[in-house]
Amino acid sequence: MQIGRNQKMRKSKKFDQLVKNAAGRIVPTIVNGQQMVPYMGIGKYKPTGRKAAPMISSCADYPPDGNKVVPSLKEALIRCGLNDGMTISTHHHFRNGDLLANQIFDIAKELGVKNLVWFPSASFPCHEYLIKYLEDGTINRIEGSMNGPLGKFTSEGKMKGLGVLRSHGGRYQAVQDGEVHIDIAVIAAPTADAFGNANGVHGTAACGLLGFALADSQYADKVVVVTDNLVPFPCIPWQIHGNYVDYTVVIDKIGIPEKIVSGTTEITKSPDRLYIAELTARFCDEAGLIYDGFSFQAGAGGTALSIGIYFADILRDRKWKARFARGGSNKYLVSMLEEGLTDYILDGQTFDLDGVRSMRDYPNHVNTSPFTSYNYHGKGNFASLVDIAILGATEVDVHFNANVVTHSDGYLLHGIGGWQNCLFSKCTILPVPLFRDRLPVLRDEVTTLCGPGELIDVIVTERGIAINPLRKDLIAKMKGSSLPIKTIRQLKKEAEDICGKPDNPGFLDEVVAIVKWVDGTVLDAIWRVDK
Amino acid sequence: MGSVYTSGNKGKGIRSDCFITLEKTRTKTPEILVESKVQVMYGKDIRKLIDRILTALKIDHVKIHVEDSGALPFVIAARLESVIRMAFGTKKEFLPDLLPQNKYHTARERNRFSRLYLPGNTPNLMINAGIHKPDGIILDLEDAVAPDKKFEARFIVRNALRTLDFYGAERMVRINQVPMGLDDLEFIVPHYINLILIPKCEHADQVIQVSKKIDTLQKTAKVNYSIWLMPIIESALGVMNAYPIALASDKVVAMAIGLEDYTADLGTRRTPDGTESFFARSMVVNAARAAGIQPIDSVFSDVNDMEGLKQNVIRSKALGFDGMGCIHPRQIKVIHEGFAPEAPEIEKAGKIVLAYENAISKGLGVVALGSKMIDAPVVKRALKTIDLAVSMGILNANWKESENEKK
Repeated sequence: MQIGRNQKMRKSKKFDQLVKNAAGRIVPTIVNGQQMVPYMGIGKYKPTGRKAAPMISSCADYPPDGNKVVPSLKEALIRCGLNDGMTISTHHHFRNGDLLANQIFDIAKELGVKNLVWFPSASFPCHEYLIKYLEDGTINRIEGSMNGPLGKFTSEGKMKGLGVLRSHGGRYQAVQDGEVHIDIAVIAAPTADAFGNANGVHGTAACGLLGFALADSQYADKVVVVTDNLVPFPCIPWQIHGNYVDYTVVIDKIGIPEKIVSGTTEITKSPDRLYIAELTARFCDEAGLIYDGFSFQAGAGGTALSIGIYFADILRDRKWKARFARGGSNKYLVSMLEEGLTDYILDGQTFDLDGVRSMRDYPNHVNTSPFTSYNYHGKGNFASLVDIAILGATEVDVHFNANVVTHSDGYLLHGIGGWQNCLFSKCTILPVPLFRDRLPVLRDEVTTLCGPGELIDVIVTERGIAINPLRKDLIAKMKGSSLPIKTIRQLKKEAEDICGKPDNPGFLDEVVAIVKWVDGTVLDAIWRVDK
Repeated sequence: MGSVYTSGNKGKGIRSDCFITLEKTRTKTPEILVESKVQVMYGKDIRKLIDRILTALKIDHVKIHVEDSGALPFVIAARLESVIRMAFGTKKEFLPDLLPQNKYHTARERNRFSRLYLPGNTPNLMINAGIHKPDGIILDLEDAVAPDKKFEARFIVRNALRTLDFYGAERMVRINQVPMGLDDLEFIVPHYINLILIPKCEHADQVIQVSKKIDTLQKTAKVNYSIWLMPIIESALGVMNAYPIALASDKVVAMAIGLEDYTADLGTRRTPDGTESFFARSMVVNAARAAGIQPIDSVFSDVNDMEGLKQNVIRSKALGFDGMGCIHPRQIKVIHEGFAPEAPEIEKAGKIVLAYENAISKGLGVVALGSKMIDAPVVKRALKTIDLAVSMGILNANWKESENEKK
């Protein structure tokens, strides 16, 4: 079976031909009229053939003075040939401060264009605005992430097309493999020149880097760079190469700076989370995962940040340093770089202004992309070189499978982000509370499968640590440890003793979205909730 | 329309709690409305629990509205029972199952370095308190509970004592000031409480009243485990009466000082170096030592100032205190480290213990270290120091072997 190109089959079925995949989950093999491959196991699906490629362009069609500026976004979209059924991509480096995606679909509505596919690298609460366009048919579906209100909308079966959730690496893979064909990529750029060179380190909307837009620039038929800070050629650094760009647009404001970088990313003050962070760091230390020259990835959550601080303490104490730390960068990671506790930050997105400053000022703070870090259909990627990855989860089951997209009530609320890609690290650790309010995080079976248990090595909770039985090496190392090592079933029982056993949500027989695995196969389906 | 009664908390920022409204109606069959953050997973379970409680307490002609923010069953039960008692004045109890592991008792002389205060009407702070391993956990019915919430807090505290695992911490409750505090006792005495704190203690008689009520309640409940008392001295008069208070009952194992109220009573303010309370602290330490009980210091109220806390602990230990209160789990580690025996202390204690064992093995009646005679209390103290150092992981359990190797 081959993953086909993104055909515009408006009248085709939303989903069809359900099968049970290698993970035992029921998934559709026809999605939005397109043939899909069900998940076959880790590393089992081997695509053949050649990658997708954009059209050949000619310099003759572009102004020799390099001035690609057009008067407005609307003008640019019209020149790009915006039409029914097209796939429009945006990136999420502006996070909840994005002002562009909503404008694009305002224009589409004004022009009477229908059935678009929005292909963002992630969505945020600010995109709740687009629900009206999902309702009136301007947008057929979202392929990317459906967070918060968009997730609720999807879960209730209101989206016309079927949602597709991909990891950051999976998004690059889907574009590269031709599974998703981007008709028009609109790239918001904090700084750009008229030629289309662009970066995220300068300008009032500085967001650090633009790595999530890399695939879009390389593979889309038409590429529009939109900026509020036009500089004379050359725009240095050129994180996005103008050679891929068709049009440049200058507008007053492309994002809300205080929402782009939250500036509030702080270590947790919750004593329970701090305790989980401390247990995690002690586990890593006792298991010998931390050494002079090790590497780690820790996200932006309060617990993950605290773990980074414990790591830094251990390194400082022993006069060691990390070879590299993977970001999401923030002020804590930057201070490790400045203190010499890590040689490099390999950064996928910046979470605060210190991250932006550091990326601008330090050559050792390097911008990376989903291609280098996460793409599974490449000749290797960085994710598997990382010693320790600290990740979150909404649910984990007794087989160490984990869920990051839906909650226990069945509602889709989050995207996958780089989560699936990071599972390939040498040791993946999920520090999670045993229960949230009354909801056990440890379940018999996850509501939605996002990460196969064989890739998840350790679960750290405030009431004990469970090591995946597949990791005999870690189990052996932790023998006799003073840390509370338990089995995952013991932990689940403890949670249920405290909270009671939860009922499962009722679902209707209707798929509303699918979860892709990093290789483009279908890992799980998300079903319509029964209100 | 009948009268309306409420119990619990709701609104922004409220987690693991619920708010229950009870209205008396003319219809016999209870009308139950549950709105829960965890409706899908626990909606049925909550309804079942409410039915069970109404049946057990024989309640009808009511409309019950539950607004739930993810409360555990013990909280829902406490909220409902309290609102029923408000409405009907019934004395009948609905007791959640007692966790078997909660039936432990504590020794008179156990370590009391840290005791963590938790507001008695805020269940979400109680649920994970035990994982932070304080020596004691105090469910506070006194100052941490608003006056109009005092009644319902008793049910939360009682149910927490029965159903929450504090993982070996000494289970304590701070009752209200006597005489009001006497009414709190029936909610805690039968439920495997280890220690009761008596706030604003000024006379030995207050301790005696509490002690007698405990005896009565234990007789009724047919239980006879030890329940210890820790009076808190919080006024000038209390300081003057510290010694008789310490001696008031053989249940008293420790005496604490509360400096916020004490300094107010003196007409001064608490300062970081604590000169204004030096006399009071010393009085409490001295009275406690004279009575053979543990002197325990006041809380340090700036939870963000870890260095200030550390200095406070050092001063506290130097004054002779055996422990202090804490109001945030973050403070526990600093307090434990501060009160833990220091290296020279451990070394000296080790030498004394070895000399003592040597004397026993040789059948000597007198323990000597070099040319110095060692008295029995000193030996006892040294043994305690060593036990403590081993239990806190500061000293290897096989310390004697390494000590002998040195020779």
